[in-house]
Amino acid sequence: MPITTTNANDLPLNRRNFLRASATAAGGLLLTLYLDAPATAQGQSQAPSAPRVYPPDAFVEIKPDGRVVIQVNRLEFGQGVQTALPMILADEMDADWSQVVAELAPAADVYRDPVYGIQMVGGSGSIAHSFQQYRELGAKTRAMLIAAAATRWQVRPEQCRTEQSVVHGPNGQSAKYAELASEAARQPIPTSVRLKNPSEVRLVGKKFRRLDSRPKCDGSLKYGLDLDFPGMKVAVVAHPPVFGAKVKSFDDKAARSLEGVQEVFEIPVASGGTGVAVVADKFWPAKQGRDRLKIEWDSSGVERADSTQLWVKYKDLARTTGNVAVARGDAQAIEKISAARRIVAEYEFPYLAHTPMEPLNTTVRFDGDRAEVWAGSQFQTMDQAAIAEVLGLKPEQVTFHTEMAGGGFGRRAVADSHVQREAAEIAKRLRTVPIKLVWTREDDVRGGYYRPMHLHRVEIGIGADGLPAAWRHVIVGQSILAGTPFAVMMKDNLDPTTVEGVSDTHYAIPNFHVSAHNPKVNVPVLWWRSVGHTHTAFVMETLVDELAVRARMDPFAYRRKLLKPEAKKLRAALDLVEARSAVWRRRLPKNHAVGVACHESFGTGVACAVDVSIENKRPRIHRVTVAVDCGLAVNPLGVESQFQAGVSFGLSQLMAKGAITLRDGVVEQRNFDSYILPYMPDAPVAVDVHIVPSTEAPTGCGEPPVPVISPAVVNALSRLTGKRYRSLPLVAV
Amino acid sequence: MATYQLNVNGERREVTVDPSTPLLWVLREDLKMTGTKYGCGVSACGACTVHVAGVATRSCVLPISLVGERPVVTIEGIGHDPVGRAVQDAWVEKDVVQCGYCQSGQIMCAVALLKHTPKPTDANIEQSMGGNLCRCGTYVRIREAIKTAAERLK
Repeated sequence: MPITTTNANDLPLNRRNFLRASATAAGGLLLTLYLDAPATAQGQSQAPSAPRVYPPDAFVEIKPDGRVVIQVNRLEFGQGVQTALPMILADEMDADWSQVVAELAPAADVYRDPVYGIQMVGGSGSIAHSFQQYRELGAKTRAMLIAAAATRWQVRPEQCRTEQSVVHGPNGQSAKYAELASEAARQPIPTSVRLKNPSEVRLVGKKFRRLDSRPKCDGSLKYGLDLDFPGMKVAVVAHPPVFGAKVKSFDDKAARSLEGVQEVFEIPVASGGTGVAVVADKFWPAKQGRDRLKIEWDSSGVERADSTQLWVKYKDLARTTGNVAVARGDAQAIEKISAARRIVAEYEFPYLAHTPMEPLNTTVRFDGDRAEVWAGSQFQTMDQAAIAEVLGLKPEQVTFHTEMAGGGFGRRAVADSHVQREAAEIAKRLRTVPIKLVWTREDDVRGGYYRPMHLHRVEIGIGADGLPAAWRHVIVGQSILAGTPFAVMMKDNLDPTTVEGVSDTHYAIPNFHVSAHNPKVNVPVLWWRSVGHTHTAFVMETLVDELAVRARMDPFAYRRKLLKPEAKKLRAALDLVEARSAVWRRRLPKNHAVGVACHESFGTGVACAVDVSIENKRPRIHRVTVAVDCGLAVNPLGVESQFQAGVSFGLSQLMAKGAITLRDGVVEQRNFDSYILPYMPDAPVAVDVHIVPSTEAPTGCGEPPVPVISPAVVNALSRLTGKRYRSLPLVAV
Repeated sequence: MATYQLNVNGERREVTVDPSTPLLWVLREDLKMTGTKYGCGVSACGACTVHVAGVATRSCVLPISLVGERPVVTIEGIGHDPVGRAVQDAWVEKDVVQCGYCQSGQIMCAVALLKHTPKPTDANIEQSMGGNLCRCGTYVRIREAIKTAAERLK
């Protein structure tokens, strides 16, 4: 019997003070300011006056056979929360781990992120924000099971103890959780529970393999794209070649002549454009049909973005002060330093596509007064609302199933829910028929929502001690937040995600000025795993390395000297990396060089050292040693895995063809044959990960692996070639 | 439309589809075997890798009309093969997967490698696996798992 409580639905969810209401064109969603959210765990941020009571039955179900089914309030798309969150809950609950089953929760208020206020994955917040929540849920469930046993045995709850899904009484009694479940469900939900002290913890902090490994290795796990329903149709959409262009006319004779093609019609798509949907009984005829459409597009009045022209514009902008993010010390200090002791550096970063391995997709069935949706979504709350809006329903009339997703990296967290809107538009037309919308890889590569192009211009004046005495930094790049409900996070027209990683640097720079321009460009942009840190860490860490070289100082020692004393996590990570890489750094083969970088993002401090040589005019990465301070590592095996693999994701930036470029409004890349990402030979041969021991609240590990690797590799290359690399992708070494 | 007799994972299967339909989509949509994944459709990522007559093959660019009598083995069937099972077990033991979407293709490639090179060097591994994209970047553990499987199969 599942544990159920009679009053579960009446319990209010308290929203935080910093949760802000934001009425939007997309339909009045409640959103939080995530930059206001503390980077550390919820325990520290939660106002004592706002206790939150979650009904455990929404999260835990004990099956009669002893299985403990735990709902995960997040999308699982590789980051490992589907294992780590159940570990946290099962630990406090004293559940038998071998009996734990994890499920991805559907869209519902109770599954909203306790800090962000919407149901989502982002900002590396899953563990950081739900650690305390899942501990309490586990402890409450355990308390209710004990209360049931105590009542049955007529003893006091304090006389009972629990272990491996069994309650033991004072006189040798014992009862399995499964036997107690229905009685436990009738117990009141405790308002407060004692959480385990460290000596009582059995799972958290130990290495556990993923719960989803086997079905991902034998082909049985169903991702969103794998779903199949009776009568289901597959839709593919012809998108405009220029963002925002509209269909002027189309000829669908050839498409309709294909066997299997059922419907062809125009639908609204992203950026105010329109497209043509082809619905067929299967994917292949739908795609063949789309390829045979003859469409005349109207792109009048639509800006045709062009990378070459944008660079010119961005370079000009970078010579002027933008919206000020930091103005510390004397803004004119740099002018007092002689030209010989100054560095002027301009960096270029192209658009980047996320290209998760599972192409974007959503399945919708619209039944007139309700709808059902299946999607691998990072933004359930928003996607559900968007679908409801398209279908003229209320969000609660849309049942939204969270499907396992093949990667995402931010691409499934889109404020305008444009993929879900397309699916809903098609489902609206084909009422009662389940419609699976599939974005082909070409749709994905050319479809926008990229990491924005950025240009940095940095002027540094070096002091007599070799440290930067003055630093003036201008960043140019489109705002990710502007025009979305998240724009409430902007202050004085400044998008904080443009400057994060520079404005909040942990290096002590006395005279420091950071500003940013957020020009409007007709290319949809989005957060790409680690967001602003993708480019800011590269700039900071390559410049700091250059400064260390000029100062003839060791890269570790220089960073330590420059870091603020309070940068504890970075210092700990840097020390650990230095120690753990010492042996291989001493025995470095000829023509190899070491590159070092460190960066803190999302509250997690990371440092790495890389062993690099040049082979076939490309960096060959023989070894990476990474150290991470993420507070308490809930599942050290998962943390290790995120960092081992996340550095390869980060190397996307260095690939010779790892850029999205536009010419006359049209994206020049089309698939993995022209937008080329790291394959095994491009990735490090070995990565050893070391976790700084900590009892601090856990911080995220999804994004922090990404920022450090590219600057570390480039720093090694600079030591080999004497050149500085300031323009990405790395076309030539 | 044409009708084809296929040999998939040792079973006879009959499908009636357009001759241009890639094997990938026949497997996924006609035979409802969705373990083989669509990643790019242009043979650039390897997510769709299956064995055709024992050879690791990108099913997204192989029209069904060209498959013929050759036996097809997919991720759903590879566990019945001792090498296939050893590779899957090594993948689980080494906790290789993250999002997992590319791993069917990675495993099929790794099995093909170990079948003709039982003791692969790093260079062998990179050569055989070098066309399989893992966006999560699990390459370090893929490499380790292949070595573990090779060790077990000795």
